[in-house]
Amino acid sequence: MEQLAQFYAVYGSVINFIGINALLALSLNFTLAAGMLSLGNAAFAGIGGYTAGILTVHLKAPLIVSLCGGSLMAGVVGLLLGMPVLRLKGVFLAMATLAFGEVVRIAAVNLDITGGAEGLTGIPNITRTWMIFLALALAAYFMATLRRSRIGWGLISIREDETAAACLGVDITYYKVVAFTIGAMVAGFAGAMYAHLNYLITPRDFGFFIAVDLLVYNIVGGTRIWYGPILGAALLTALPEILRGVGVAAGPVRLAVNGVILLLVILFLPNGLASLFTRLRPVAVKTGRAERT
Amino acid sequence: MNLLAQQLVNGLFIGSVYGLFAVGYTLVFGVLDILNLAHAAVFTLGGLSAVWLVQAAGMSIWLAFPLATLLAGGLGLLINAAAFAPLRRRADSQFSGLISSIAMAIIFDAAALGLFGARSVRFPPGTVKVHVWQIAGVTITSLQVGIVLVATLLMLILTLFLQRSRTGKAIRTVAENERAAMLLGVNVSGIIAFTFFISSALGGAAGVLYGLYFDSLAPDMGRAIELKGLAVIILGGMGSIPGAILGGLAFGLSEVLTVAVSGTSNLRDAVAFTVLFAILLLRPSGLLGRGKLREA
Repeated sequence: MEQLAQFYAVYGSVINFIGINALLALSLNFTLAAGMLSLGNAAFAGIGGYTAGILTVHLKAPLIVSLCGGSLMAGVVGLLLGMPVLRLKGVFLAMATLAFGEVVRIAAVNLDITGGAEGLTGIPNITRTWMIFLALALAAYFMATLRRSRIGWGLISIREDETAAACLGVDITYYKVVAFTIGAMVAGFAGAMYAHLNYLITPRDFGFFIAVDLLVYNIVGGTRIWYGPILGAALLTALPEILRGVGVAAGPVRLAVNGVILLLVILFLPNGLASLFTRLRPVAVKTGRAERT
Repeated sequence: MNLLAQQLVNGLFIGSVYGLFAVGYTLVFGVLDILNLAHAAVFTLGGLSAVWLVQAAGMSIWLAFPLATLLAGGLGLLINAAAFAPLRRRADSQFSGLISSIAMAIIFDAAALGLFGARSVRFPPGTVKVHVWQIAGVTITSLQVGIVLVATLLMLILTLFLQRSRTGKAIRTVAENERAAMLLGVNVSGIIAFTFFISSALGGAAGVLYGLYFDSLAPDMGRAIELKGLAVIILGGMGSIPGAILGGLAFGLSEVLTVAVSGTSNLRDAVAFTVLFAILLLRPSGLLGRGKLREA
């Protein structure tokens, strides 16, 4: 027990960040489940984080109100953004959400209420580890349930073949907007928790490279099952610490090892780390390259 | 008025560097429909290795520039062999290729840090002899003119190469339809490797020119241009080379004009990305795109 306490004292912050990153990765998984590549979830986390931070700092709101407020705000923005943007597909959707993310980041740099480039400071550190993992467990349970529900099957049918799904009467726009909005709300909640963990948030915390990290967690962990993104986020968040423990010096070498591990996972585990634990339907072999029109 | 003219000229210079960077980006996208996110890392390594060649090996910039460009091209071959070729037959190659190129970018960034250090470096003074001209109140340096000339020349050569040469035609065939190209006897994997070579060589060349223009190179300089490059190829139309050139110029001009009109540099990127967002909603194929909306 004492060892456990000591372990927590040393690695507590890593454990917290694993939880936050896993929740963020899971939020992106809602959109990936329908085959939509969004790079906007870091921005949703930013909207949630800033909203919650402002509620706490300026309006002295209790934590639960701030967290829900941040999540709701991100959800509303996600709904408004989703309706026009989700007509786009593939890389174009990724680019549109990326542009949205940049606009949010630049807005955070330039507004007064967000504290500009220095960020919003003085947010009390009141998020506890159990809260993060409770939220993660609820989100994962929700995800697992959703996958087996009518909406879940609708999303999978959209991912496999959108035109065919539309012909079978799946309300594509509705399902897509629902998935996108849920993802935005989860991301906003995670961002709000992060804000109350870190004393301050800056626009850099929610930029392009964070959005890419979320995608990396999903692909490395596996997108097809609810625990995939959690596995990916846990491994990649802990990797720098693990490498340090193994004795790989900080700096370029550790960065390079990080990159090599990422490359190896992509090359040799097509369905991500989750494929080590479950037998998923293989997607590794392409039967015939789809012709482009 | 003079200030505005000066800003327009500056926008033209930086825009041509953006264009050169984006042309390499869009070339790979046009052929493979995959974003190569390691392109910015190649840009950084190209610029830094040119500085090393000039500073440590004592070469003239006229020798260091082509050497750094070739080296960057070699990195492109490496990217293809390690990150893209093994994934080509996979159903989700669009996603997994994105991630493996991120992995290559991380490895290249680590190499840049390990080989050249974390500090920002610059070309030694006098690498290029700079004349300053005053034309109607607008200051232009010979360095700026040289950058535009080199960038234009490279883009012109690329366009002619793609239009006229046999290899260029093969590249366009693969871009149009890989399977048909294979049936016609085109060496598809060879052509794809060669496309990566050209794309990365142009990225490296853009890195050298960028370093000369701003007189400062750092291992993280790729981050600044990566997003701009993505914006430029969307603005111009994914896969369109004239579009990338035009998009680069438009982006460079919009940057300096926003600064000139608003008086601050805070909103520089905001305008560009808002325009980008609007273009995606109104005309997703870009200014000169092929009108392809559906992802195969």
